[in-house]
Amino acid sequence: MSTRDTSISVLSLLLLGSVAVLAQWLDEPYFITLATKVCILGMAGVGLNLALGYGGLVSFGHAAFFGIGGYVAGILASHALNYEPIMESPWLLEGTTRMLVIWPITALVCGLFAWLIGALSLRTSGVYFIMITLAFAQMIYYFAISWPSYGGEDGLSVYLRSTFPGLNTMTGIHFFAIAFVWLMLAMGLSSRLVQSRFGLALQAARQNPIRVSAVGISPYKVQLTAFVISGVITGIAGALYTDLNRFVSPSVLGWHTSGEIMVFVILGGVARLAGPLLGAAVFIILEQTLGGWSENWQFWLGAVLIVVVLYGRGGIIGLLDRRSARE
Amino acid sequence: MSASLFIEQLLNGLQFGVMLFLMSAGLTLVFGVMGLINLAHGSLYMVGAFAAAAVAGWSGSFWLGLAASLMAAALAGALVEIVVLRRLYRRDHLDQVLATFALILMFSEGTRWLFGAFPLYLDVPEVLSGSMHLPVLDIVYSRYRLAIIVCGFVIALGLYLLIAKTRLGIRIRAGQSDRQMIAALGVDISTLYTVVFALGAALAGLAGALVGAIQSVEVGMGEPVLILAFVVIVIGGIGSIKGALIGAIIVGLTDTMGRFLLPVFFRQFMDNAAASSVGSALASMLIYIVMATILIVRPSGLFGKAS
Repeated sequence: MSTRDTSISVLSLLLLGSVAVLAQWLDEPYFITLATKVCILGMAGVGLNLALGYGGLVSFGHAAFFGIGGYVAGILASHALNYEPIMESPWLLEGTTRMLVIWPITALVCGLFAWLIGALSLRTSGVYFIMITLAFAQMIYYFAISWPSYGGEDGLSVYLRSTFPGLNTMTGIHFFAIAFVWLMLAMGLSSRLVQSRFGLALQAARQNPIRVSAVGISPYKVQLTAFVISGVITGIAGALYTDLNRFVSPSVLGWHTSGEIMVFVILGGVARLAGPLLGAAVFIILEQTLGGWSENWQFWLGAVLIVVVLYGRGGIIGLLDRRSARE
Repeated sequence: MSASLFIEQLLNGLQFGVMLFLMSAGLTLVFGVMGLINLAHGSLYMVGAFAAAAVAGWSGSFWLGLAASLMAAALAGALVEIVVLRRLYRRDHLDQVLATFALILMFSEGTRWLFGAFPLYLDVPEVLSGSMHLPVLDIVYSRYRLAIIVCGFVIALGLYLLIAKTRLGIRIRAGQSDRQMIAALGVDISTLYTVVFALGAALAGLAGALVGAIQSVEVGMGEPVLILAFVVIVIGGIGSIKGALIGAIIVGLTDTMGRFLLPVFFRQFMDNAAASSVGSALASMLIYIVMATILIVRPSGLFGKAS
């Protein structure tokens, strides 16, 4: 972690925050929503970056955590809003719309799933790891589609955002503040982790697992821990995403979501602190502007992505690095 | 549940498996020889289906459509290989995933641009329409599906002969085991790569055209099949054609029989509605459960080389 990474991160966070404040001042709620979306998707990317960037664990199944987080939030809130307890026997369990309760539950559930999926997937490596994580995500995706209790294929609507003490979450800028603080927390945690002994071991395990075991650290344990933390961060982003849209459907669990989160990370810069945030921001800007120009904007988005892969190695931050190196 | 229904479902599973084999053969070859993860393989399947439906609709001949699907998919494959993918062979898997993900976006949107958002339909040819009576157990089965099964096994045999007996096959195998050596021996490696890629693409296109006559031909039809093809090659061991064939049949049979048998099984101890929802939920997850189990026991697939 260079000081350069820190300064790029602080700058991009400041920029994102001021966009939202400016939008509030100009009374443009749509742009506040977009900025919130950048926060949430960026946070999902920050989660993935921990596993994929620093840990070298190319997970093609992070949609599982994003979607499970989304469904946990959606299910808890919909039970509370419809006054139906989740279960009555053996003991009464009610839903809730309090974010401060929803988040720990989300973290717990996503952590458990990440631990389970990670413990099994880490037995493989390379392209097999990519595929087995994809397989687990698809399993959950098909389960969500065919399980009728929570809307199945149609998804689950939550007609009010969950609540946070002191804020009115239905106001765009208040909800933005929540998502923004979460993004900062995730980036802060990720930066602290990467510089810690644990982070060094994780990066060493990516570069040379045999040497890591030779100094007495188990690469498996380090990688599994990173995978779980990564899944929890992405999962909480998923819970926020349900609140943003007031809707969750199986499509957040689909492999396109995994692909998109991966695109944020690669577009911004792999294993760079601000990479996922910049990637998500540029992706959403591209989506909006290309969508305005042409009905077939996805075609042009694909073309831009290919050019980035072929010529822009290291993503956006890599590009910034090369420019400053030339000067 | 009668025996004939059971056998009919087995045949459906086999037909599905054979179709998956056509998809997976190219995918596993491309990965084995060039080391490339190609997410856009499903798009080539879609290109084949659209080419077949468009040409068959225009000329009235299914067979012309089939030929068109092979050519269109091979051409699209060769083009993509030359313009984009060739630069990615030495990159890590991450770049390959991103670039081929981008190619999917381009292919899907491009097809929607050309053909519109409505699905096309491809008719089964006269000779193969209707069903036929099988001598065993008094079974009536669709002629067309039977033809797909036969066609798939013929292609599997053809591929085996191509790889085991011809000069091109020797080069492909040599490319799998040592790229630098075969280049040093004077084989034009980049042409070889393009040929392998076009071959895999043509098989995917053929699969798309064959299936196009059973389902509707629409944008996005390749993606579910792509994921299944990945499951197949991972189960079989990446790079192994034999593994792809066996994996494809495992996946085809597991999926079809799971959907058929699991609800019946759960009906033994649940009421009907619950049994069909639990059964279908589990059935749609079944192949992924099988895949995860196989990978946990054998981390590089059934026939893969240990990494």
